[in-house]
Amino acid sequence: MEEVDVEPTTTPIPGVDSNRKHLGFVWGPGDILVYETIYKASGLSTGGCPFVHEVRKDEDICSPILRKLFNESHHIFVGLQGIRDDLPSKNKKTQFVSISKNYRSVIRACMEELQQVAVSVQDAALATQYGNQVSILLAVELIWNLCEVLFIDAAPAGSLLLHLLDWVRLHKADVDEKARDVLQSESPTEHQAYWDVVISYVLQGRMDEARQVLMKQAALQPAARGMFKLLDNLLIKMPIFNPSGAQTLTEFDVKWRHWHEEVDRCLQDQSFASNPHLEVICKILVGDEDVLLEHKELLSTWYHFLVTRLLFSHPIVKPTELHYYAQSSMHMFLDTRSVPEPLDSILLAAFEFDIHQVIKDCSIALNNWWFVAHLTDLMDHCKLLQSHNLHFGSNLREFLLLEYASGLFTHHSLWQLAVDYFDHCPEFGRVYLELQIERVPLDTERKALKVLRICEQRQMTEQVRSICKIMAKGALRNNRLGSALSWSIRAKDAAFATLISERFLQDYCANGAFSDLDLIDNLGSAMLLSDRLTFLGKYREFHRLYGEKCFSDAAKLLLSLMTAKIAPRTFWMTLLTDALPLLEQKEVIFSADQTHELMFCLEDLTSGNCLPKPDRAMQDEDIDTTKIEILRLALARNLAKAIVKEGTVEV
Amino acid sequence: MEGINAKYVSQKISKTRWRPVSSSSLQQPDIFATGSWDNEDNKISLWSIGDNGVSGMDDEFEGDPQLVCEYKHNGDVMDLQFLDQDRIVTASSTGAVTIFRHNHNNQTLSVPQLWERAHHYPCGKAPCTGVVCNSPEIVTVGEDGRIILFRSDQEGVTRTIENADSSTIHAVTFLRTTEILTVNSIGQLKLWDFRQRSNEPSQILSLTGDRVPLHCVDRHPNQQHIVATGGQDGMLCIWDVRQGKMPFSLMEAHSAEMWEVHFHPSNPDHLFSCSEDGSLLHWETSSNSDTPSFLQGGRNASITSRSAIAPAGGNQSLISAWLTGDSGKGRLETTHMLPSQTLSVNSLDVLGQCLVCGTDGEAIYVNRLVPI
Repeated sequence: MEEVDVEPTTTPIPGVDSNRKHLGFVWGPGDILVYETIYKASGLSTGGCPFVHEVRKDEDICSPILRKLFNESHHIFVGLQGIRDDLPSKNKKTQFVSISKNYRSVIRACMEELQQVAVSVQDAALATQYGNQVSILLAVELIWNLCEVLFIDAAPAGSLLLHLLDWVRLHKADVDEKARDVLQSESPTEHQAYWDVVISYVLQGRMDEARQVLMKQAALQPAARGMFKLLDNLLIKMPIFNPSGAQTLTEFDVKWRHWHEEVDRCLQDQSFASNPHLEVICKILVGDEDVLLEHKELLSTWYHFLVTRLLFSHPIVKPTELHYYAQSSMHMFLDTRSVPEPLDSILLAAFEFDIHQVIKDCSIALNNWWFVAHLTDLMDHCKLLQSHNLHFGSNLREFLLLEYASGLFTHHSLWQLAVDYFDHCPEFGRVYLELQIERVPLDTERKALKVLRICEQRQMTEQVRSICKIMAKGALRNNRLGSALSWSIRAKDAAFATLISERFLQDYCANGAFSDLDLIDNLGSAMLLSDRLTFLGKYREFHRLYGEKCFSDAAKLLLSLMTAKIAPRTFWMTLLTDALPLLEQKEVIFSADQTHELMFCLEDLTSGNCLPKPDRAMQDEDIDTTKIEILRLALARNLAKAIVKEGTVEV
Repeated sequence: MEGINAKYVSQKISKTRWRPVSSSSLQQPDIFATGSWDNEDNKISLWSIGDNGVSGMDDEFEGDPQLVCEYKHNGDVMDLQFLDQDRIVTASSTGAVTIFRHNHNNQTLSVPQLWERAHHYPCGKAPCTGVVCNSPEIVTVGEDGRIILFRSDQEGVTRTIENADSSTIHAVTFLRTTEILTVNSIGQLKLWDFRQRSNEPSQILSLTGDRVPLHCVDRHPNQQHIVATGGQDGMLCIWDVRQGKMPFSLMEAHSAEMWEVHFHPSNPDHLFSCSEDGSLLHWETSSNSDTPSFLQGGRNASITSRSAIAPAGGNQSLISAWLTGDSGKGRLETTHMLPSQTLSVNSLDVLGQCLVCGTDGEAIYVNRLVPI
């Protein structure tokens, strides 16, 4: 068990005094339920708090603006998984970089929206909450951008610095604002921030902008024109590496050293001695670290200091050398007594190319798995993670994705996104999905249909059956027999279909008529799902034929129901009673053979019932015996008529 | 796919509908309503696209829908229809039917009328699954198998058909002013005539064989006997309700449930359908030949036998191309309208040249240049 690096934070629960009473708790999928027990720490037991509290770690999932982040990143994630493995690696790299940029633009869009809302909202607590979320997203985007530069794009020496410069410029946007203020003021050169703007531009390597702003000063001081011209010259001539150009790294290095010597010479010659500002700029150009450190406020962060330092002293820094400079920059810039912020240690780990440390630190610092899950997945696709098997068998990417998706599943609405994440976790995804999908609450049929579609697409037959059974039971309870039947058909659940048919038959015996004729009349091939259902359909058909006076067809059907053993034994009595009116007709409907069969059925039935049942009332027995006698009489009479009819020869 | 962009709205959209434009003006529709589902707090929202002075920042995409107003809705929005320019009727998963009124002056929504337990079980709530209106009449159907007729100017219920169906009724549409069509979860299309006092349908049509639940139904705008339905297996069926108990043609459309199907209201040779599998299809049938389809013997020989029974009211040149019954002969073109794979597209609406659809990925797509 690893040691915890920081002290865990305490969250007080309102209404519960943990000093006086012991707290009980139980873990849930995304939160903890906490309650006050009767056990007291000391002293008498007094009345307590009757509530059960739900403590949730991740508030972000409930924020409506952050929901857009989850949805859009889900879209990008699914697209990423679809990238085929057989593409040449160069094309893949460009694709991965553009996917990384997509993710980042989604983060930025969310951040901007949050910022707008934070400014306009009235409630102070909400404003702070939004403000916190904005700063977290800022940090997240910063880290992601650095990871993109160092790991995904994996820029070599030369272009590495250019990318790092872009990175710093993107995250230090206030320079442009200040510059706008200065330039739009009445006399820019008098503005107090004038030199700050110039120096900031130089620190970021934006020489053209610096020169433009400097020109304003140069115009005002014709006497010092020579000095300004010299500085301008130095600024123009500063070599910038062009990755797509013909120049090799060594050529660039030579050029750069020449330029560096020239700047140094200017300094030694005291060319800028009369103007302290210009001297400072020249010292910056030569890479004087003390001067750089004097401008801590303008740099504001140690990583800006790092990049500026590299720009002016080691522009062809190699990726492997970065960590040395990063560490020293951090030590130089930060007060040695202050504890490094989590963000600083994460960035340092990134400069050291320790991906696992970055992921670990981010997981601890952030309260939600979104960032680490997506970043790790992207890096796994870039084949940057060693197959680092964790104790429980899956790899890091899968572990993080499972954690993230499980968190999503606790949300009443975002659970649908989680399904796709589980799909792309080859080892445990399916198991997790099977367990979670059954617990989605099903309020309406439409939601149940969506859940079923998810299960059917993944051949999760157990879950399909269980969900259909839940819906069918619910429908049955509300007397919606048609709905219940359609659910059993979907699950191909013969047992339930039998249950429903029993209900129908019971209704028939009780009421003497069928309910829901529209269903039974139009069963179609669903009839074959269960024997009882087939019987129901055929029985109804018998009634219909009888109603349409197709007596011989009706008779044949009735007989086949008994002889083919489709009818349950308990129903035979009813069937035979139904046969009575057919037997009593003037016209002979049942042939001799058929009558014999009917008699056989009757005997079969009565022989089974010869034992007296003690719990049956005397009246019932009487009715039964009367019925049987009437039947026997009718059968005998019909037999006689049939034999006569069949034996008659037309003359 | 020019002209179609996703707008993420932080709620799963169950229904989208364009506000009707007055028939006199040739304007394109500019306001649509959406209903959400599966949220703890569901809402109905009104959105505006285009330049009608609603304030917005410099949006990257012109015509990005802007929220005009929204209102809390109890339960999932199962169905949504515009009653007229100002009023919207919704069907809720709590069984309630609500009328919302949009106040143009201060851009708010209010609830002038609510029928709270319109659909219910003896003990419990039954979701109301579909609503259709022909102002001032409103017809709703629900999981409890009831059909209820309301009038927007009356408090109570005008008429209820109890136990109209033993299974869930999924959708309803008007066939004529006094007749409606319903589809249910055992694959039957039922025709009801309100002029009859009995609670029995006047006609039942279904596909023999598997009882595949039907989820949506729409009637051809000009030819009232042609009806399209879509079901759980994603098949598009075209029916002729005057004849036969079977659909006229079946076409494989989607790989999962088809949630909505719509004929284009002014150009009915175009049909749109959307599905759980995340696709939105645009069907276009070409009927620009002079001779009616079934007389073009040589090419479509297989259909002459089906059309041997001349349809009633036989002006042959008006026979719709939908009743050719044979999609494989190149007379039917389908195009996917969404740029890439999305989660389920739950709803679509088309009016003029504008198409709006909502998905389970919490996104709304608006296309203002539908090729009609």
